[in-house]
Amino acid sequence: MSFLNDNEIDKEMNYLIESNVIPVTIVEQLRVKLKELKITRKELKKVVEEVVREYKNALVEPGEAVGTVAAQSIGEPGTQMTLKTFHYAGAAEFNVTLGLPRLEEILDAKKNPSTPMMEVYLKDDVKHDEEKVKQISQRIELTKIESVAQSVEIDLANMIIKITLDPSLMEDKGVSYNDIKEKLESLHKGDVTVEENIIKFNPDTNDLAQLQQLLQKIQDLTLNGVKGIKRVVIRKEGDEYVISTDGSNLKDVLEIPEVDVKRTTTNHIGEIAEVLGIEAARNAIIREAVNVLEEQGLDVDIRHIMLVADLMTFDGYISQIGRHGISGKKPSVLARAAFEKTVQNLFEASVRGDFDELKGIAENVIIGQTIPVGTGLIGLLMEHSRKEE
Amino acid sequence: MSDSILDNILVPKHVILSEIEANEVLEKLKVKPYQLPKILITDPAIKALNQKVKVGDIVKIIRSSPTAGESVAYRAVIE
Repeated sequence: MSFLNDNEIDKEMNYLIESNVIPVTIVEQLRVKLKELKITRKELKKVVEEVVREYKNALVEPGEAVGTVAAQSIGEPGTQMTLKTFHYAGAAEFNVTLGLPRLEEILDAKKNPSTPMMEVYLKDDVKHDEEKVKQISQRIELTKIESVAQSVEIDLANMIIKITLDPSLMEDKGVSYNDIKEKLESLHKGDVTVEENIIKFNPDTNDLAQLQQLLQKIQDLTLNGVKGIKRVVIRKEGDEYVISTDGSNLKDVLEIPEVDVKRTTTNHIGEIAEVLGIEAARNAIIREAVNVLEEQGLDVDIRHIMLVADLMTFDGYISQIGRHGISGKKPSVLARAAFEKTVQNLFEASVRGDFDELKGIAENVIIGQTIPVGTGLIGLLMEHSRKEE
Repeated sequence: MSDSILDNILVPKHVILSEIEANEVLEKLKVKPYQLPKILITDPAIKALNQKVKVGDIVKIIRSSPTAGESVAYRAVIE
């Protein structure tokens, strides 16, 4: 009786992968285990047979109500999640929405999540250089005149706008007097003079109302940075520097040449769909939902979340779970009425003269028929001739 | 083209199937294109492929899955 060596086991396993009967991960696990054993060809065959049988036993059966099971499996742990919205991640860093409110945001496909954040990774040639990373972070953080000035005010005596700058803030944000001067001049609304750390803006107009308007405009004037990024924090991860941001703008950040397109990501799922595509959005939904649940110490099987993500991205764009998304697209009038806005749904359906084919679950529960789930899914046909025999 | 979004960790591999391949897939799964999940023709991942794509094409998506190792999905291109 001869035992199989590693090469022969590899050959068998590769054949198993090619034949596509069980997933690659299971084959790989099997390969590791088999190599630890002394096993004959006959035994190997039996083991593989057993594994395939067990795998097929574990598969979801036709007619299983996977959607209902997924809803329950995500919903029940949801009752145990914190209702508190905010949580401070790390020491004095950002507050992020977590727990139930965040899960709601993900499943409702909110256009504007309450705490968008980005993780900006940098390319190999700059990621170890703290100085360069700092410069890049200055280019990402949105800086307005307001944020580098001690005060921006109207000098009524001379009818000018006086901007008192804070040199330490300016150095921190990486802007120079010249940058500000150029920006102000590009408004074409008056002359700019720099006196030490005071910039005087002498507008063409003498009208106070217009001056007020101009003041607003100057305060909001963008010096540098990416729109939407409110704050940046540089963090050390292993031996590289990573920029975390408060606020998100994936499209513009990815256009910065030093940014590593491969790893940079955001928690704003809508932006991911827009910039990286629907498949990336699917992955992002799974990642974000798993993160929320894991952070709360809840153990939900990832398959349930994958099912939800598959549904949300089915149409090529992100649709939410609720009335304006997946539930609203149900073909059955009764199923939609059973969910939300009962009267409105029934009314509109009657105006349109809709027809309910009674193929779903909710509508069959309502009228008291067998629901098309499990064995109820199968219809039987009988051959009369046979009965008579 | 070193900075393609296709390299991003969130983006799985997209392959546009030829007509013959597409028909094979539809035959095997016993489905019509309208029954498949969709992908917009304006989808960034499709655009980044830089290939000729028309409405009605089938895109093969090779996802890396934590449960199955690798899983294959198909999407039909729509407008």
